[in-house]
Amino acid sequence: MSDRPFIPRDRDWHPPSLHPPYRSTVKRAPAARPLAIAPGRAELSGPVFAAETLHPLDHDLIANYAAALGVEAKPIGERLIVHGRVLDENARPIPDCLIEIWQANAGGRYRHVNDSYLAPLDPAFGGCGRCITDGQGRYAFRTIKPGPYPWPNGDNEWRPAHIHLSIFGHALSQRLVTQLYFEGDPLIALCPIVNAIPDQAAVDQLVARLDMAKQAPFDALAYRFDIVLRGRRQTYFENKREGG
Amino acid sequence: MIEGPSNLASTLKETPSQTAGPYVHIGLTPTVADVAMRVADALDVLNGAGERMNLEGVVYDGAGAPVTDALLEMYQLDADGAPLWGRAAADFETGLFRFQTVRPADPFVSLLIFARGVNIHLHTRAYLQTDALEADPVLSQMSEDRRSTLIAQPVDANRFRFDIHLQGPKETIFFDV
Ligand SMILES: [Fe+3]
Repeated sequence: MSDRPFIPRDRDWHPPSLHPPYRSTVKRAPAARPLAIAPGRAELSGPVFAAETLHPLDHDLIANYAAALGVEAKPIGERLIVHGRVLDENARPIPDCLIEIWQANAGGRYRHVNDSYLAPLDPAFGGCGRCITDGQGRYAFRTIKPGPYPWPNGDNEWRPAHIHLSIFGHALSQRLVTQLYFEGDPLIALCPIVNAIPDQAAVDQLVARLDMAKQAPFDALAYRFDIVLRGRRQTYFENKREGG
Repeated sequence: MIEGPSNLASTLKETPSQTAGPYVHIGLTPTVADVAMRVADALDVLNGAGERMNLEGVVYDGAGAPVTDALLEMYQLDADGAPLWGRAAADFETGLFRFQTVRPADPFVSLLIFARGVNIHLHTRAYLQTDALEADPVLSQMSEDRRSTLIAQPVDANRFRFDIHLQGPKETIFFDV
């Protein structure tokens, strides 16, 4: 089906829509599987974001909120560099990807009007940032390690420490929103949102690895997290020029 | 191919999706979350060539309740073929989302839906009633009943209503594109 240029999504690799242990899926999961169609011409492209539109501190969650509000203090927590590459399924790096992240502070509290967890807000931490991948598909953020937090899911559950990520490739079909976890966290295996993913190898792909080589000495630890977006079918790639 | 402590295996699979969760606004529409740190949500590009149009609606769950934490993205080409893209957060009380855009070059605009309890984002199309609908390669494969879930209803001249039903007899058709 050369009218479907992207490698089809492997729905057994992603979490299924319905996973009753994650209670919110019960009333929100569509019953039908998504209908496979050829993209329209608009859907073969996607929004384009220019690096110049971003503020120089957008990737730096340690500094961006405090700087914007004129706060002197620095955020509390374990200082981190989170970095990696964005590739497609054919192992080609994807430049010019917009990556946006959001997370709780070190105490597990989100700066959001709807979060009322008893852990305090951090006056120096906003919890969101963004960057655009370079010519080799590389990205990097500076942040602090988010804390785990409790959430109502029938009974009380705890989310493992995580960073939410939103990634744009070059076409709407490559859009992805996911979460990054941290190597060694015992809460990963207990989390009903993580456990919606059927394959342990897929879960492992969401676990950022400690990367001592990329630490900033006497400043920040580093974790590496590589991201894979959908790739074009090889046959399509060989038979047709890009966009052709 | 990949050196160092990568989280990837040697055979590359797409990174698995996870829900955007209820606090998605912090990252994608910070002013809605009340994170006063950027002039953003300034990434939106909705000023295109063509006739102005409002597209609005509510995402409903299987119990008929509005999904008040939903975040939607809209993408289309304008009359000159230039891409238009924007985000709209559902109202925290009513669930209403609204895009102020222009009439698309195609008979439809593409919509992506993110929310708590949605493990992988949903992709649908809001078709605007035009003469082109009969010839549309996707709609023409469907029964009248099924295709009606994809057609936005005119409210007045330049205002369309497109409600999205995640479950139930009126379940919206979602696509794998
Ligand atoms: Fe979260």
